Amino acid sequence: MARRSLLRPPGFDELGLRRAMADRMLPFLVAAMAFLAALALAGWVGAATLAQHWQHGAGASLTVQVPQPGDPAIGRTGPDARSRLDRVIETLTATPGIAGAHALSRPELGALLRPWLGGGDAALLERLPAVIAVRLAEPPPTPAAFAALDTALRRSAPGTVLESQGLWIGRLLALARSLQACAGAALLVVAAVAAAVVAVATRAGLAARREAIEIVHGLGATDGFIATRFAGRATLLASAGGIAGALAALPVLLALARLAAPFTAGSAAAPASAGPSVAGIETFSGSLPVALWLLLPGLPLAAAAIGFVTAQVTVRRWLRRLP
Amino acid sequence: MLRFDAVGLHYLSGGTPGPDVLRDLSFTVPEGAFRWLLGPSGAGKTSLLRLMYLDARPSHGRLHVLGTEIGSAPRRALPGLRRRIGVVFQDFRLLDHLPVFDNVALPLRLAGRGEGQIRADVGEMLRWVGLQDRAGTHPAELSGGEQQRVAIARAVMARPSLLLADEPTGNLDDAQAQRLLVLFRELNRLGTTVVVATHNETLVARYPARALRLDRGRLTEVG
Ligand SMILES: Nc1ncnc2c1ncn2[C@@H]1O[C@H](COP(=O)(O)OP(=O)(O)OP(=O)(O)O)[C@@H](O)[C@H]1O
Ligand SMILES: [Mg+2]
Repeated sequence: MARRSLLRPPGFDELGLRRAMADRMLPFLVAAMAFLAALALAGWVGAATLAQHWQHGAGASLTVQVPQPGDPAIGRTGPDARSRLDRVIETLTATPGIAGAHALSRPELGALLRPWLGGGDAALLERLPAVIAVRLAEPPPTPAAFAALDTALRRSAPGTVLESQGLWIGRLLALARSLQACAGAALLVVAAVAAAVVAVATRAGLAARREAIEIVHGLGATDGFIATRFAGRATLLASAGGIAGALAALPVLLALARLAAPFTAGSAAAPASAGPSVAGIETFSGSLPVALWLLLPGLPLAAAAIGFVTAQVTVRRWLRRLP
Repeated sequence: MLRFDAVGLHYLSGGTPGPDVLRDLSFTVPEGAFRWLLGPSGAGKTSLLRLMYLDARPSHGRLHVLGTEIGSAPRRALPGLRRRIGVVFQDFRLLDHLPVFDNVALPLRLAGRGEGQIRADVGEMLRWVGLQDRAGTHPAELSGGEQQRVAIARAVMARPSLLLADEPTGNLDDAQAQRLLVLFRELNRLGTTVVVATHNETLVARYPARALRLDRGRLTEVG
């Protein structure tokens, strides 16, 4: 006993913080925050992934049909010199959020329809509406812009059909962006609450060890020395909580990723493993987006950083009351 | 070493200045000197010592401690000065959660000394105060006199330039009190400036030295 005390343990506890700074409550609360942060992160990544998918996959293009493409369009004061097709393409390319518009040529259209119509029926092709493939830009037009575009097209070329899928893509994108913003806000709130929890625990530790702090301060300890003792303890407890919270969130996230897989995997990828198999584990872990695998280990690091900075600031401010 | 120029002190009570507890003190304590600090209870002895060990800053006047003007010194300049001052408090102020060894080693650890040197120096110091067998004991398990010796060992551990003691014989028997004084005179002989506040006039009579005498916050005698 006496012998052992002659050896300075690593992490020597001058201020008696091991007892004073709640070693169960703080990690537990930080773990809860980290769990919530993991869910918010998953929401953020998920919304971003869906948005990207819609934008570059199904959402990247839409089609516009123009019946009687060769007839003259209607201008502001009556019939326009240009054809309805030219006029529609002109309007489309002038719309912000649209990267390009390309009218399928007769041969292209014919090739597209050959399985149904057979080759060579030129007269039938002449009577079909023209089809314009439209590529959307980043950011795509808002739903309101789509509505305005639809009106403008139908005024200059009545009967033109703007595929409503584009409108829905725009709405879904707006929704995904809002979800992302909410997830970001949730992350900020969770971080603020975690900082508050650390600050409260640090203040409790300061109150409990006030006498020891005053003694060590009187012996010539700098504010930095005392703050670092608290910050070390807070960092340890907060990162323990961060690790626990991230680990607890992992199964939940994997389950969510499995549910989301069919939406994000695209048409080419196979659905998440259907039955139990050895390869099932890999598919399972692979179902979590790479971004999440990179962000999850960041949670304990973020918790540690919040613990360190909050304790440093709290203790240094508190110490200013001492001479 | 210590220079007081018209120094006054009042405590703050609820943000407003209370009555002056020290008034217009002017004196110097040169390097290597020994001074008694005398006066009736409530005269302001502890308040004067607090100014000396930088636990309070003067409300008026100019105070130099170890060559630094305390009134205008930035806060970050004080810890370095405090490490050069050893204090024996009347109530010891030991850290209860640490054994004797770590209490005595604290000034050396704050000074950033190596653990090997700390072990040797603290062991020697504990032998000097006769506590070599109590290194692993916690302060609460020690007698009052033993705690006092731990406090003294901690105060002198880092070889301070200035040693301040507030009623260090308050709860010691006569033999212990005399032993303590022998210790202080010895340190003083080795070059440490020493100021000892006490009520114990018999001790003062036995160890005559120059004295600072306080009465109701004023200096009535400057030895
Ligand atoms: N923290 C404080 N706040 C307000 N007033 C104080 C404080 N400490 C001391 N005083 C007052 O300052 C005066 C001097 O007190 P001080 O403790 O310096 O006297 P002392 O000479 O050390 O007395 P004693 O011999 O009893 O220890 C007293 O009137 C006391 O009430
Ligand atoms: Mg006193």
